[in-house]
Amino acid sequence: MSRLFEPRRFRAMLVKESLQIARDPSTFLIAFVLPMLLLFLFGYGVNLDTARGNIGLALQDNSEAARSLAGSYQSSAWFDVRKTGAVGQLSDDLVAGRIRGIIVIPDGFGRQVAHGGGDIQVLTDGSLPNSASFIGAYAEGVRMAWAAARAGDQRTAVPPPIQTDARYWFNPELKSRYTLVPGAIAVVMTMVGTLLTALVVAREWERGTLEAVMATPVGMGEFIATKVVPYFLLGLCSMTLCTVLAITVFGVPFRGSPLALLAISSAFLFPALGQGLLISAATRNQFVASQVALLSAFLPTMLLSGFLFEISSMPKPIQAITYLVPSRYLIPQLQTVFVAGDDWSLFLPNIAALLGFGTLFFILTVRATRRRIA
Amino acid sequence: MTDPVASVAALTKRFAGQSVPALDAVSMRIEPGRMTGLVGPDGAGKTTLIRILAGLIDPDRGSATVFGRPATDTDRAMIGYMPQRFGLYEDLTVIENLALYADLRGLPAAERRASFDRLLDFTDLRRFTARLAGQLSGGMKQKLGLACAMVRAPHLLLLDEPGVGVDPVSRRELWAMVKDLASDGIGVLWSTAYLDEAEKCDTVTLLNEGRALYDGPPQDLTDTIRDRVFRVGVPGAGRRVTLRHALDNPAVIDGTVQGDALRLMIRADTPVPTAVALGLAPGATLVPARPRFEDAFIDLLGGGPSGSSQLADHYRQIPQTDAPAIDADRLTRRFGDFTAADHVSFNVPRGQIFGLLGPNGAGKSTTFKMLCGLLTPSEGNGSVAGFDLRKAKADARQSLGYMAQKFSLYGDLSVQQNLNFFAGTYGLHGGAARDAIDRAIAIFHLDRYLKVNAGTMPLGFKQRLALACAVLHQPPVLFLDEPTSGVDPLVRREFWNHINGMVEKGVTVLVTTHFMDEAEYCDRATLIYRARQIATGTPDELKAMAGKADATMEDAFIALIEASDLQREAA
Amino acid sequence: MIAALLGPRLAAIIVKELWAVLRDPRARISLILPPLIQLVVFGYASTMEVKHVTIGVLDRDGGQWSHEIVQRLAGSPTVQRIVRLDSEAALARAIDTQQVIAALRFDPHFSADVSARRGATVGTVFDGRKSNAAQIVGGYIDRIVSGVSADIHLARPPPPPGSANVTAWFNPNLDYLWFTIPSLVVVISLVSATSVVSQSVAREKELGTYDQLMVSPFRVWEILAGKMVPPVLIGMANATLYLVVNPLAFGVPFTGSLWLFYPALLVFLLAVAGIGMLVSVVANTQQQAFLGMFALTVPVFLLSGYAAPIDNIPPFLQVLAEANPAKHFLIVTEGLFLKGMPASEVFAVRRQNIWHIRRRKLTESGPRLGFGFRRRACGVASVDVRWSVA
Repeated sequence: MSRLFEPRRFRAMLVKESLQIARDPSTFLIAFVLPMLLLFLFGYGVNLDTARGNIGLALQDNSEAARSLAGSYQSSAWFDVRKTGAVGQLSDDLVAGRIRGIIVIPDGFGRQVAHGGGDIQVLTDGSLPNSASFIGAYAEGVRMAWAAARAGDQRTAVPPPIQTDARYWFNPELKSRYTLVPGAIAVVMTMVGTLLTALVVAREWERGTLEAVMATPVGMGEFIATKVVPYFLLGLCSMTLCTVLAITVFGVPFRGSPLALLAISSAFLFPALGQGLLISAATRNQFVASQVALLSAFLPTMLLSGFLFEISSMPKPIQAITYLVPSRYLIPQLQTVFVAGDDWSLFLPNIAALLGFGTLFFILTVRATRRRIA
Repeated sequence: MTDPVASVAALTKRFAGQSVPALDAVSMRIEPGRMTGLVGPDGAGKTTLIRILAGLIDPDRGSATVFGRPATDTDRAMIGYMPQRFGLYEDLTVIENLALYADLRGLPAAERRASFDRLLDFTDLRRFTARLAGQLSGGMKQKLGLACAMVRAPHLLLLDEPGVGVDPVSRRELWAMVKDLASDGIGVLWSTAYLDEAEKCDTVTLLNEGRALYDGPPQDLTDTIRDRVFRVGVPGAGRRVTLRHALDNPAVIDGTVQGDALRLMIRADTPVPTAVALGLAPGATLVPARPRFEDAFIDLLGGGPSGSSQLADHYRQIPQTDAPAIDADRLTRRFGDFTAADHVSFNVPRGQIFGLLGPNGAGKSTTFKMLCGLLTPSEGNGSVAGFDLRKAKADARQSLGYMAQKFSLYGDLSVQQNLNFFAGTYGLHGGAARDAIDRAIAIFHLDRYLKVNAGTMPLGFKQRLALACAVLHQPPVLFLDEPTSGVDPLVRREFWNHINGMVEKGVTVLVTTHFMDEAEYCDRATLIYRARQIATGTPDELKAMAGKADATMEDAFIALIEASDLQREAA
Repeated sequence: MIAALLGPRLAAIIVKELWAVLRDPRARISLILPPLIQLVVFGYASTMEVKHVTIGVLDRDGGQWSHEIVQRLAGSPTVQRIVRLDSEAALARAIDTQQVIAALRFDPHFSADVSARRGATVGTVFDGRKSNAAQIVGGYIDRIVSGVSADIHLARPPPPPGSANVTAWFNPNLDYLWFTIPSLVVVISLVSATSVVSQSVAREKELGTYDQLMVSPFRVWEILAGKMVPPVLIGMANATLYLVVNPLAFGVPFTGSLWLFYPALLVFLLAVAGIGMLVSVVANTQQQAFLGMFALTVPVFLLSGYAAPIDNIPPFLQVLAEANPAKHFLIVTEGLFLKGMPASEVFAVRRQNIWHIRRRKLTESGPRLGFGFRRRACGVASVDVRWSVA
């Protein structure tokens, strides 16, 4: 009976794993190329900031007031008036998605204004609910400002009795990039920790190398450890690369400490690696492992972690599911360490949850990876 | 008798979902300093037994003991194990693989240099230490696998079919290496489907369907068929017909072609029939021949199949013409600056078998692939059934049947679905397709597997199905790439009966094989080595070229290659 | 029958490809069940709305008007809970730990200032880490505060005259689900079709059956046509399943014509399967095919207009998005579900995609050419992008 742990064997396995990492193009792809692609897409391609709404303008009245209001829309920072014309024509554009709303200044508007009124109609594209409500609200805003300005010709404007003074902490300009780029880093760590790890261990099963290794004195504990250490470091490398890019290229602030980021990332890589190892031990097949990793790790991180979609807005049963997604505990920490700063009272409970998941996954992995072929 | 290095007693293992146990009360011993052969057809339980000895599978009943302890709880550093796929890391270099296994087996640092030097010389891999294992040829991978298994001189060496898919030269070298080791007092277990390898072992355990049919020195089994094996000369092209007639005689239980002669085995306790009764020329005489282990194996399993082939009986008669069925004209293929095949030329008349022989990586697969249209030649030309490979690819493909080296039907489709697909592939439909499929099912006894996924059948049936699919459309030309690799001798006999029968109907066959006794069936063969043809002729002519007319094809093969090496070194 | 129509070879390969995908009972289940679960989970999870939020209140005033504002907030369906905070520090803590997404701060003289018409200010603090949610909640709070403000105003001179009647066409209640479900029809049929097609050639290469196929008398177009059938049928089946499940589970109206939906779906699936086939032909192993598909599907998904509006992204990415079949089909699907989109518009959008397919077909014309082909594939793919730009 040989010893359970031997530094020499351990080192030899580490060297082997490192060489494989260095030589396998798919490792490079998952750990460095895909992360950059994701960061790029989330930095530039996914923009939730309020932009200018594309609208059409149907001017049915030729009075001075109507033209003046139309001018307000045309010069508004909130709108991009793409077309002007008849409602019938513009509604075709609305159906085709070329514009998202129509402002109708009806016949007789000028007369109404002269008599102290002046209603307009706003048609929005409800198929995009967020942009529809934005266009509705701001169209009214522009009109009111215009009306108030005209009224101000005769009366002095009075400020409303209550005003709000809004402060957006950590992100005064409300750039969605500040939210999304740290979230993308969570996706990257999931890919390296779970997807890549599941693939490399399943590959050993598939190619029969694990069979040869199991017939040597290597213990299963040693084997698992030699998979964990290199991919843990690789995960940290990807994370570091992304962090540097986030700060330099995408201009996301980093207000926390590198130490906190390291602690958070390490805590997350623990369950991520555990999940990857568990998947590979259970499937022993690269293709199945990749599918399972996609469904059980990647998609939940994208959709159920609070990264793209607000968890509190989901129905209760789905909110319950999100508690089983480790990245749910990572996202707030990452967002905090980037834009807010170190806040250990927020980090510690989340880190504890991650460590709990990690322990569970590793216990299951050790049970699934017995030293037997069948 | 010395203490065995390892032994199993009444070992039984049954896998979930399988009706037949993989191993059924098997007992055997592996003694130090001896080569123990583990022989049997695919699916006999060889791999299961070896994995149990390596401590990778728990037996259901019985015991497996290694170095006096249970196999799952013994000193693994002292076991050298080479799994079927060698267990090499393909993206590590030769030396990195060796170093990894040296550390895993705890080879003391002081011995490392000496051990590496010895193994690299032994395996002749020194020139390739910096090459990735994935870029080695099959034979070199196998040597490296063995070197990794032996990097710290083991007390027990377990080799799982090290000879599969490896050419005779590499196989012989490997055997010499291991034999040398065994003489140092190591216990060696060598599992194989090649019976000529088994014959050379000190002791043999013969497995079939999980049971041990025989356990003892091979010679003792061979002795049971003494005086029952004969050789008879048959001139020219008549040997295929003659063999068929002879095999149809109830007194003959096995027969093979040997160049211009036949080798026949007579049923036990039966008088030897006269030459006329066997369909031989009246003057022919049956000369007693030395029995081989393979003969004894076939006898033990109840004899080979009879001579006629139903497949051939139902095959259409291919019209005869004088134009060659296969023509290779200076076929050359280069990959970058590496030439894989260099001006290979030969032609095969209709109704003949032509063999492509050669070591792994010598260029025979490249030549084969160019002729069936999988690779475009860099230079030269070829035609199949009169269709130019460059101009009439699709027509050429329609007139050939192809059987790949590796099982390459759809493993996750049922047998029936595979047959349907291939019938459609060759444009058969309606009644014609149904007839062809029904005939194939009857001839190859596929009825009980119809609904089963093709990939789960035993290897012998997979190969039968592959042949059935390749000839559904009754092509005039057949391409067979190692059609019998890994299957047991009985199935090989059956295959050759079919092939011989079809050739009688005018079919032309191009075949590659590593079984040199199968090369004897060829009308002509060419030996390709280092991308060039080094010899072409009938089997007897090749033997004569090698300077040993009475030698086996394997000896001739090796002699010709050695001669070529000498010539090259002299130049 | 099929054989008579298509010829035995094409029929044989189509049947074979279908069996390859559908023979395994687990595979059959995995083609139906996960997409259904995804539809339900993602349908409800992927909402850009913000609901059930918790808001903190630091009320140093305790007067009538602060009370009024808090009451109205608590009554809003958006707000799930109001947390009382007793100090500036507690407020900071609540935001920092993400206990609340926003907090209101009323100064001691707030109500007095309001009553005296001195102009009062409510301080609001938001958690900028969640930029999108913070912005939306900010909008809600603004609306409630100005509502209170307007009520006080009544006694004052009238507000500027006139009004804007806002009508949301196609989705009068601005129900977010009406956006999500049609989008998921696109996204999930995209994913299921590409995951099937990207494996098809790579798998045969890895298992060695590809050579067998190449030695048989198939023409290349027959093999490709055969391999396009399963992903297209599976995409169709999934989309049909959603059309059936939708009225039962979600009730999103389908106002367009099915006669337009299916041809559009077919063109979309062919375009997508063409891209997947390209990946599969270039890859040598299933592993590479998977990674290649993954690297392609993520951008296709993110630049489709589902994850974020296309209108907002930088112009050079908008150009790239024009080459994305999912972007075009999303417009058609939204159009057919909600807008009763007419044929002329459907085809206008599809033109783009038909080009796609033609070009894909070109790229596929030579999997057998091996190395030479690979170079060409890259060439044509880049041509693709240029054409779209033009």
